[in-house]
This record gives sequence, C-alpha cells and structure tokens, in this order.
Amino acid sequence: MNSLCKLLLQRLALGLLSLFAVSVIIFLAVGMLPGDVAQAMLGQAATPETVAAFRAQLGLDLPPLTRFGHWAWQLLHGDLGLSLANQRPIAELIGARLGNTFTLALLAALVSVPAALLLGMLAALYRNSWFDRLLNTSALSAVSFPEFFVAYILILVFAVKLNWLPSISNLAPGASFAEVLERSLLPVLTLSLVVIAQMMRMTRAALINLLASPYIEMARLKGISQARIIFHHALPNALAPIINVVALNLAYLVVGVVVVEVVFVYPGLGQLLVDSVAKRDIPVVQACSLIFAATYILLNTTADVLSIASNPRLMHPKG
Amino acid sequence: MSLIKPLLRAPLSAQFGLLVIVLYILVALFAPVLAPFGETEVVGEGFAPWGGQFLLGTDNLGRDMFSRLVYGARNTLGIAFLTTLLAFAVGGFCGLVAAIRGGWIDQGLSRLVDILMAIPQLIFALLILSVVGTNATSLVLVIALLDATRVFRLSRAVAMTVVVQDFVEAARLRGEGLWWLVSREVLPNAAAPLIAEFGLRFCFVFLFISALSFLGLGIQPPTADWGSMVRDNAVLITFGDISPLLPALAVALITVSVNFVVDWVLHKSSGLKEC
Repeated sequence: MNSLCKLLLQRLALGLLSLFAVSVIIFLAVGMLPGDVAQAMLGQAATPETVAAFRAQLGLDLPPLTRFGHWAWQLLHGDLGLSLANQRPIAELIGARLGNTFTLALLAALVSVPAALLLGMLAALYRNSWFDRLLNTSALSAVSFPEFFVAYILILVFAVKLNWLPSISNLAPGASFAEVLERSLLPVLTLSLVVIAQMMRMTRAALINLLASPYIEMARLKGISQARIIFHHALPNALAPIINVVALNLAYLVVGVVVVEVVFVYPGLGQLLVDSVAKRDIPVVQACSLIFAATYILLNTTADVLSIASNPRLMHPKG
Repeated sequence: MSLIKPLLRAPLSAQFGLLVIVLYILVALFAPVLAPFGETEVVGEGFAPWGGQFLLGTDNLGRDMFSRLVYGARNTLGIAFLTTLLAFAVGGFCGLVAAIRGGWIDQGLSRLVDILMAIPQLIFALLILSVVGTNATSLVLVIALLDATRVFRLSRAVAMTVVVQDFVEAARLRGEGLWWLVSREVLPNAAAPLIAEFGLRFCFVFLFISALSFLGLGIQPPTADWGSMVRDNAVLITFGDISPLLPALAVALITVSVNFVVDWVLHKSSGLKEC
C-alpha cells in the first residue's frame, strides 16, 4: 500500500511540475513578441516617453523573475489581466464561455464513452466477422477525416436537407436547457463521432490482447459462457488500458472543441482563442492556452493515477 | 516484377490507398497542365453554378473551383510533406543521438520533449503563431518542431533496442564516430517502424495544417489551400450546395488512403496474425 501511495504522489508531483513548466513557457511566449505589450497596446504612434511611462505602470520594467512571480500570483487569484483588443478584463470575457465549452465537452463525453466501450467490446467479441470489419474500416476512416468535414456533412444532412436541427449554435444568454441541448446537439455529435472511433479501436485492441492469454483459454475450456469471460475475466484486467484510452480521448476532446466551435459558431473558449490569435491579442491567448493546457494535464494525470490505482499487482509489491 | 507481386496480393483497401496516393502526386506535379485557369485568377461571377465553362463552379471571389482544387493539391501536400520531412530530420536525428550517447544529452532532450508534449499541440501552435504571426514559414517550423517531439519519442525507443546489440558495441570498440553509428549501424535497423510512422505523421500534419488553415491561421490567401477553401465557401452549405465540401473530401480521401496503406505495411512487417 505504501509503495502505491508513493507512486501516486510521484505522479501528482509530476503533474504539478508540468503545469508549472507550461505556465513558464506561456509566460515566456510574450517575451518573444517583437516590441512588447506596452508598445502593442499603445500602437506605433506613441512617443517613447509614453511607452516608457506605460511600461512602468504595467510593471514591465521589473526583472523577468519578479514579473513571473507577480503574474503567477495574480493568476492564482483569478486575475487574468486585460485584453489588448478592448481593454476589458479577460476573466469577464472568459467566464460564460468557459462554462459553454465544458458543457459541450461533457455532453460529448457522456455520449461517446459508453458508445465507444460498447462498440469496442462487441468488435472484440465478434472479431473478424463482417460486423467487426465494418466497424474497423469506418473507424479508420472517421479517424482520418478532418473534424470540419464531419461537421459540415452533419450540417448538410441534418440542418439543410432534413431541416431537423439548427446549423449554427449561437446560444442566447437566457436559453432554456432544452434549447441549449437542441442547439448543441450537432457539435456534440461531431465531437463524439471523431472520439468514438479512436476509443473503440483502442478498446478492441486491449481486449483482443487479453483474450489471447492462457487464463482466458482456460476459462473457455472450463465451458464458461462468452459473456462471463468478457465481463468477469477479461474486463477487470483491461480496465487500466481502457481508463487510459478514455482519459486521453477526453483530453483530446478538450482540444478538438476548438475547430468544432468555430464551425458551429458556438460561443465557447475555442472560438475566443482563435479570434484572439487572429487579432494577436496575446494576453487572451495566454489565458485561454493556460486553461486548455491545465485541463489537458489534469486529465492526463488523472489517467495515470487511475491506471495505477486499478492495477492490483501494485497493491501487493513483491519482497 | 518483385514489386508488383505483393501489390496484387495486398488487400483491396491498400490497393485503393496506393492508387489514390499516386493519383494525388500526379495531380500535384502536373497542376499547371491540368488546371484550366490560374490559381488566383478571377474568371467570373462569385459562386457560379457547376457546369459550362466552370466544371465545379466558382468560389466566393469568382475563381475557378476546379483549378483551385488542383493547385491546392500541390500547395497543401507540398507544405505537409516538407513539414513532416523536417520533423523527421530533427526528431529522428535527436532521438537516435539520445539513444546512442545516453547520459545528460538523453536526459536533457527527453525532459524537454516531456514538457513540450504536456501542452496540447493545437494550443501550443496557436500560442506560438499568435506571437510570431501567421505565415507559411512559421507554420512549417512550428508544426515541424511540435511533431519532432513525437518522432523523437519513437526513434529513441526503437534505437534503444538496437543500441544494446553486439554489432553496435563492436562498432564502438572499433572507434567509429557518432555519424557512422547513427547512419550505418542504428538507422538501417530502425528504419521499418520509422517509415510506417512517417505515413501516420504525414496524415497528422496534413490534418493539422488543414485545420489551422480552416481556422484562418494556416496557409494565407490568395494561395489555394483546401482548408481555407472550405472556410471561404462554407456559406454555400446552408443552401444545400456541396461544392465547399469537395476540398474537405479531398483532405479526407488522402488521409484515409495513407492510413490504409500504413495499416497494411504495419500488418505485413509485424507478421502478426490476430487470433
């Protein structure tokens, strides 16, 4: 039990360390800007004296280490700074959008995880049948499609031809839950399709690897039913790889959201990020990147921790 | 003759994939011959319908859709190929050197890669592109750098299993230099998985560039490029016109094809038969 705790703590420390490294990189990115933030905010016409004064006001004349400490301290207090484009506090810009993006990712996860696991198990169970081959080929194709292609095909079919759903997902602030659900159905479907394919392939591979092992053969020879072999004998051992796959794909989901939000004009963080990159509004890009990167690291660390915790061999170390 | 035989015995999906890849390369090479109009030439009204003078209609600015699709093959494929090549040159070389040299070079490079990989690729690319600005050169460099981390991981792992073998030890005792070890001892024995990875990485880079172009942050106008063509003409989809989907379909087709071929190559080289 002790060594398990140690492993888990190591992973958590590693996660925190990468979070720190990432924040340093994101902080340094601004330093690569030709000129600096003060120059960018005031524009080309500003006199050197104004820029210098403004720089002092922003604290840009302090040494980098102090500035980083200051920036990180403010960040931890929820103060993300001001947007270059419209001088509004970034926290205000991000607030509602963050919720929208997480709703989207959460809904997609709720749809895709059970579907992918079920399909993966079925494919492993009936492997090399026409059903398996069909699933595999369509999964391979879905993985290689660009997200916007999937998105536009769904729009073409469900919004334009069948006229069942709206083609853009602009959410009004006071929308009811049913309305939100209807509007985000197509983005959720797009995200799910892309993720399901990946997860299904990996679930199938993990299960098939296990089904070839001697103890499954033994169970089969004892005459245990197929379903019991899968759920009782194979699945617990496949849990660690499957958890890993799920977490990795959820992490992917958080990033994949960016493109899908742009296609459907969904008012989320991804759209804000893309707009800000086009406008070179660096503080907003910094804040958005930090949120995305932190979520990504959090999910990856959770995956590590869970797959360690679900491995019974580590509970009883030898010697 | 020996090349044709395995091709005939390849599964249908792999044959299809190879055919498509060859077709794309031909289109990319002979783009000026195949395209009826110039790449950026405005030849008519915007959003002209299919047929007549314009095989697939015109785009939002009145440029011939078919010509731009043909030129797009050249631009998008070319940039993606260049990027992948660069990523492999940098990542592959560093990976091999890290495996051969070990010690602090290995530690330093590996930790650097760990940190770079902790940030989602798209987000990192957007962050850097917002600082250095969006143009083709920075696009290629940024994506190549990010992709080199993945190549580094693989080539290091593959090279690690080669480095411990006797013939490498013998070469070391002979006093061969680093370049000899990399190019004559380790690389030939690590080539097979790296080639398969090249196909997969190419797909990934291709999708990545298309996605960035689609977001308006990749290859910049007026260069014809499939991702931005979808973006420019997306309005038409709401009227039930499928021509904006053609460039997206072109992207999908080539990535599926490369994936089919890689799948087949991997299956063949592993000699693995699923039970």
